[in-house]
Amino acid sequence: MKLPIYLDYAATTPVDQRVAEKMMEFMTMDGQYGNPASRSHRFGWQAEEAVELARSQVAELVNADPREIVWTSGATESNNLAIKGIAGFYHKKGKHLITLKTEHKAVLDTMRALEREGYEVTYLDVTPDGLVDMAALKAAIRPDTILISIMFVNNEIGVVQDIPAIGELCREKGIVFHVDAAQAAGKVDIDLQQLKVDLMSFSAHKIYGPKGVGALYVRRKPRIRLEAQTHGGGHERGMRSGTLATHQIVGMGEAFRIAKEEMAEERQRFATLRQRLWDGVKDIEQVFLNGDAAQRVPGITNISFNYVEGESLIMALKDIAVSSGSACTSASLEPSYVLRALGMSDELAHSSIRFSIGRYTTEADIDHTIKIVNDAIARLRDMSPLWDMYKEGIDLNSVAWVAH
Amino acid sequence: MAYSSKVIDHYENPRNVGAFEKDDPTIATGMVGAPACGDVMRLQLKVNEQGIIEDARFKTYGCGSAIASSSLVTEWVKGKTLAQAQEIKNTDIAQELALPPVKIHCSILAEDAIKAAIADYQQKHGGQE
Repeated sequence: MKLPIYLDYAATTPVDQRVAEKMMEFMTMDGQYGNPASRSHRFGWQAEEAVELARSQVAELVNADPREIVWTSGATESNNLAIKGIAGFYHKKGKHLITLKTEHKAVLDTMRALEREGYEVTYLDVTPDGLVDMAALKAAIRPDTILISIMFVNNEIGVVQDIPAIGELCREKGIVFHVDAAQAAGKVDIDLQQLKVDLMSFSAHKIYGPKGVGALYVRRKPRIRLEAQTHGGGHERGMRSGTLATHQIVGMGEAFRIAKEEMAEERQRFATLRQRLWDGVKDIEQVFLNGDAAQRVPGITNISFNYVEGESLIMALKDIAVSSGSACTSASLEPSYVLRALGMSDELAHSSIRFSIGRYTTEADIDHTIKIVNDAIARLRDMSPLWDMYKEGIDLNSVAWVAH
Repeated sequence: MAYSSKVIDHYENPRNVGAFEKDDPTIATGMVGAPACGDVMRLQLKVNEQGIIEDARFKTYGCGSAIASSSLVTEWVKGKTLAQAQEIKNTDIAQELALPPVKIHCSILAEDAIKAAIADYQQKHGGQE
């Protein structure tokens, strides 16, 4: 076992060795370094061939047509292109968009930017389990709604939204449906022939590919039109100009190919590890699993440890790389907006840890994590005035706190 | 975030963790902060008849800097009179622990905890030190 133990696969993953080796073939003088847009020589042709192979590898994982895949610099850019692209193209039809309060910042902040340009956005609450409330979604739809953007898998709590049902609703109402699948690709089955999804964002680095590359699926039938956000040489059918990053794209293709091959086995293995982790901490007093217990990916487990502050917990867990629902780790004092959207109290949100397991996580890693977590919670609670008060039966909500 | 070695030392080996009986007249208790903000400090001072702080205890819910700030304060106040303890400034705490700017509020909270404890003592003793 190697310390520290990496349990932050939802933040990013190491590049798979097989992926790194493929990428190396497309960079140096000995390799295929050509510009895929060069049409006049074999350097360009070879690079183009590699890019197109990667495009079909990405398409295959999600059962799409390769012509529906547009390369981007990552899921953030894909989300920007999808949302701003639709807003720009369909604004004459309407200027209302719907999303969730628990979306990634790449969606929320893009929506905010559109609001400043005169669009209206509805940010829907989720259920306490983190799922879309279908009745609330239906009620939010207006005649001028042009886009609904809902993530497949939540990055903080791992819940899986009912994308098939939401897709049916969107199609019935004639609303474009965008899905941020950065955390879903390679984790859950995605069949774009079946799903009524018009746009889907992907990232490479969440599934053992390189950082800095992603893709946007843009449906051809029925055809979805986008207003380009990056202008230039007209690459990617004019939707996203810029010289294609061959080595990055090849890496993403290889990562998606491996994911398709190994996904079923991995999912089972992760489920076993996840259960092992939960079994090892669930008997600690005042411990809560966040998000729906059934509708979730096995890789992400978000747990609140009441009466222990998140950042100090992270410090105590210094041999484990995890992330915290506490924003003490950032410049602001606000706890995670995702956990707050579940209706969780600030203090419980501050005390939350996301454990995300991945391809290289072992049973020994989990066992060591369980031990460290148990020790840390005991030590920090021993130091916590809130724990004392809880043990004395004092309702913390009844205390007149002096906020600072 | 990279913490100073002093913060890490106080966090890993906190001094004077614990509690005194809060109704004891020689004990001054100051509790500051709020769970919603992610920091709650409880500082307790044991004050002798000469008004000198003989001992101190703390419990803190908060980040590493908050724990370190309160741990440091329990060391600093020992042997001081209440008037001297009142003089401890957050800037001294922040400087000693080399707190990064986003963690300055932890040192302010520790200063507030001393002031709150002293106020508690003065209230218990009819405004007299």
